[in-house]
Amino acid sequence: MSLISTLARMEAVASGSAQPLATVRHRRISDRPLVLVPLTTAGEAGAPLGALVGTERDAPRLLTVAQPRDRDLRFAFLGELAEAVLPYLDEYADAVEPAERSEADPETGKRVKVTVELCADAPQIVVPSRPGIDFVRLLGRSMRFRRTAEEDPDAAYPAPPRVPLLGRWLTHYGERARVPGSSLLLAATDLLNRHWATGQSSLEDQHLGALLAWIDPPGSLSGADAALHAELDRDPAGQLVCPPAGPATDPAFDNKLLAPAVEAYDRARQALAAAEDGPRAEERLARLTAAEHAIRALLADVMRPTWDSVWHALDLLRELPEGGRVADRWTRDRWSFTGHRDRVRAGEPPQPRHDDAVTAAQKLASRESAQGQLEAQEALDDPLVLAGRRLSGEAFLSEVTEVVMAYSESRRPSPRPLVTVRTDDRPQLGEGVKVYRSLDGKPQSAEFVRYEEDGSPVLRLTDRMGRAKDPAPGSVPEKGDRIAWTLFEHDQRGGPKLPDPEDTPWTHGGPPGADGTPGVGAPDGSGAARGSYGRTGTDAAVGPDPMTEEDFL
Amino acid sequence: MTAPATHGPDPAGRSADGPNAGPPSAGGRSSGSAGPDDTAAGFDPGAAAGRATDAILRDTLHGPHRGVVVDSPPGAGKSTLVVRAARELAAAGRPLMVVAQTNAQVDDLVVRLAEKDPELPVGRLHSNDPDPYDKVLDDLPNVRKSAKAADLTGLDIVISTAAKWAHVQGVEPWSHAIVDEAYQMRSDALLAVAGLFERALFVGDPGQLDPFSVVGADQWAGLSYDPSASAVSTLLAHNPDLPQHRLPVSWRLPASAAPLVSDAFYPYTPFRSGTAPGERTLAFGVPSDGSGPDRVLDEAAESGWGLLELPARRTPRTDPEAVRAVALVVRRLLDRGAAATSERSPGPRPVTADRIAVGTAHRDQAAAVRAALAELGVSGVAVDTANRLQGREFDVTVVLHPLSGRPDATAFHLETGRLCVLASRHRHACVVVCRAGVSELLDEHPSTEPVQLGVTIKFPDGWEANHAVLARLSEHRVSWQP
Repeated sequence: MSLISTLARMEAVASGSAQPLATVRHRRISDRPLVLVPLTTAGEAGAPLGALVGTERDAPRLLTVAQPRDRDLRFAFLGELAEAVLPYLDEYADAVEPAERSEADPETGKRVKVTVELCADAPQIVVPSRPGIDFVRLLGRSMRFRRTAEEDPDAAYPAPPRVPLLGRWLTHYGERARVPGSSLLLAATDLLNRHWATGQSSLEDQHLGALLAWIDPPGSLSGADAALHAELDRDPAGQLVCPPAGPATDPAFDNKLLAPAVEAYDRARQALAAAEDGPRAEERLARLTAAEHAIRALLADVMRPTWDSVWHALDLLRELPEGGRVADRWTRDRWSFTGHRDRVRAGEPPQPRHDDAVTAAQKLASRESAQGQLEAQEALDDPLVLAGRRLSGEAFLSEVTEVVMAYSESRRPSPRPLVTVRTDDRPQLGEGVKVYRSLDGKPQSAEFVRYEEDGSPVLRLTDRMGRAKDPAPGSVPEKGDRIAWTLFEHDQRGGPKLPDPEDTPWTHGGPPGADGTPGVGAPDGSGAARGSYGRTGTDAAVGPDPMTEEDFL
Repeated sequence: MTAPATHGPDPAGRSADGPNAGPPSAGGRSSGSAGPDDTAAGFDPGAAAGRATDAILRDTLHGPHRGVVVDSPPGAGKSTLVVRAARELAAAGRPLMVVAQTNAQVDDLVVRLAEKDPELPVGRLHSNDPDPYDKVLDDLPNVRKSAKAADLTGLDIVISTAAKWAHVQGVEPWSHAIVDEAYQMRSDALLAVAGLFERALFVGDPGQLDPFSVVGADQWAGLSYDPSASAVSTLLAHNPDLPQHRLPVSWRLPASAAPLVSDAFYPYTPFRSGTAPGERTLAFGVPSDGSGPDRVLDEAAESGWGLLELPARRTPRTDPEAVRAVALVVRRLLDRGAAATSERSPGPRPVTADRIAVGTAHRDQAAAVRAALAELGVSGVAVDTANRLQGREFDVTVVLHPLSGRPDATAFHLETGRLCVLASRHRHACVVVCRAGVSELLDEHPSTEPVQLGVTIKFPDGWEANHAVLARLSEHRVSWQP
């Protein structure tokens, strides 16, 4: 934790209310996000229990599974979820604008500009908490390899239509959420924690109700008191007034309310199955329906506070103006959405179970550069974030006190003016350290030369002054200018080109699918990892994992 | 052809477990002292190291495998091995590329190669940045420098960083490569360059800092090609049959330090010091004034280790008292006219500022120490983080303990390699400055990192290594209230 966020937390403790960590909003909030509040069944990994989903805060769509251990009901739920989510995604797929992208020409191998479609906006999914993002990922994984009756007429247990497609989209969103600064799939707790510091631990900050209480306490309560109520208050029946944001449920809810209701439902179902004649069956069907409604009502009650909290969080975030470079990152999200839309439309197979070596390396490289870019952009967008970097010696505010013209010693001397600045900050400058400032949105770099006797640093400007002997107008600061310098770069360099997956070298096991890729794919080599994401092969849905010795322990 | 043993020859007759072998059977190792048939009198470090080197070169030049892995403990002559292997490969007419991790390492290798063989045509592939290489290289007549690999084709040896090699495309692959500091190279960096060579010699120190990523890479944990893992772990996961060797002798660490470092960080692959006790001494021209820094310096000169313990206290990272204590120790070391006697020269040589290093865990700590040294009028001392001190060597080091004054012990501060780097840079003595209470802190923070399926667990873990080092350091403790 940085010094400034530690300070903000201590101030929050002292004052009893959350303190801002940002003056602008660093993530895109869509005009029409899809909010998804999922619940999962205790003790049954990946078994959804229910969900509230929708784009209208007053009209969430309630989806439930009356008996989560019944896989037919589970798939019916997933089918409904697909009907709720996919139309929303589809709305954004066809509103496109032309954009340029550089691609390798298949014949010459040279990079050429091509005009392609870019979706004008992208759909955004907001879940309450970080475990919610994990659950989205898990749902995606559990669905994307299923086959519908249409895809595979021989399937013993065909999935409802569109369920595999939803799995692919949720997988894509789950992967995208791992890219720093992306906004396609967001957790409300992450959003709030990025913009406010509370006086509680970061573990407690994962509780959406308590977090909101710190930031926007109801009535005249202090944030700290309100958070305590949100965490602990129970009604006379012993149920939490502010249920957990899920997907896990409160054990008291499971034991006291849910378990009896599911049991009643099971009994009603058995009774219906045992019914011998029409009138009796009708009566028992009514009882079954009533039992199912009871479960739906229970789940709606327990999810509704979370649903409202997510919208409350979005309201709070919308009050902050959007940071200047957020749109740039959102454009990358739009590219990501467009790219996956194209892969789906091209009939490519679902994402493989494991990334192959090249894809994994590419993802890691792009996320690292996204992380560097995010940190730089947030500091440039937001004086409060910059203050944190100044405090840690990675940036400094300065006033120019003197500019002396100088030239490089090459054959064609270029301008290398020496700029003396005065600063109250304590940057970690040393020999050869480079510093950067933003000049018309582009970084201009300089290098530290020496300290003057009064401690003022002297910097030598090294670029963005044009090709002429005299620097371009406005490219050299003047005496009295106030400038924020950073010791970190504003842009990230692109990484090296990695080999194609078919050319994976021997050090990394050779091309995927070939022998010698331990731990990946099926033993016969027809592994799911074949090809890069969906480039080759059509049968990515593969057989079960190979048996290992551990299976027989 | 005489088939070389899979593992390096083991002249000392100790357990020949490779680095991936499990713990040795009980009694296989006795706390760093001489093994069963390895009495001090019977151990010839020069011969042992020579046999290991010969076996490595035999496998590299004539072995059937595409790769050879060499584990090298701190200061075991890794660079010497690289230079020798490079020259022999060049002499055998095999075009060679050398991959190092930093520009400083590349320049250092080029200079060493030129020293050994000034006639050898060497190419230094460099970046397009200003000042891409050390100016010393301009004085070497047979070193050609270029930012384009095509300009350097035909030279016997071409050297560059992994980052630069990764951008090289469209050239004929080299028949051989040497990958230096391979344990500090990330798997994805190897992926980017592995297409450039047919066969390779991988050299590195498994005990130093693992490569890291600034973003989470858990989703790939357990995959054999986890891009955030070290290049060697990926290489061996896919090629488990490659011969693995290790260098058995540390020439840098003195006889006082090798047992501690070997026990704490290389318990299953022990190594020896190349010098015997008493061969290296440290003496002062000015007697102690009785202060804490002077007493700890005397202790370190006597025993090779010194622990300057400040009163227990929770502090910010840049603990002003501890930072000042570090600076004072350095100041007194210089003021008292320290002189080092070693096998390198007939008489004592003064320990000048450039022979001293200060090691910290964080960059802001290094910056604070630099400022404190400047205040005391000291310049020329290398002050840096463990990451940046890797691979460097000094006479005396002063270390700010990574856990000093901390309220918690995170995975970062517990990392085995961090402590290992800090405790293994010196030829004569190491002084550790630390707040009291680290032992209790460790006990309150057992390792809680999740166990990832498919990931080989590294032994010893940081918690264990930290305890082992502390236990040994406490024998050399000087308590001091600044």
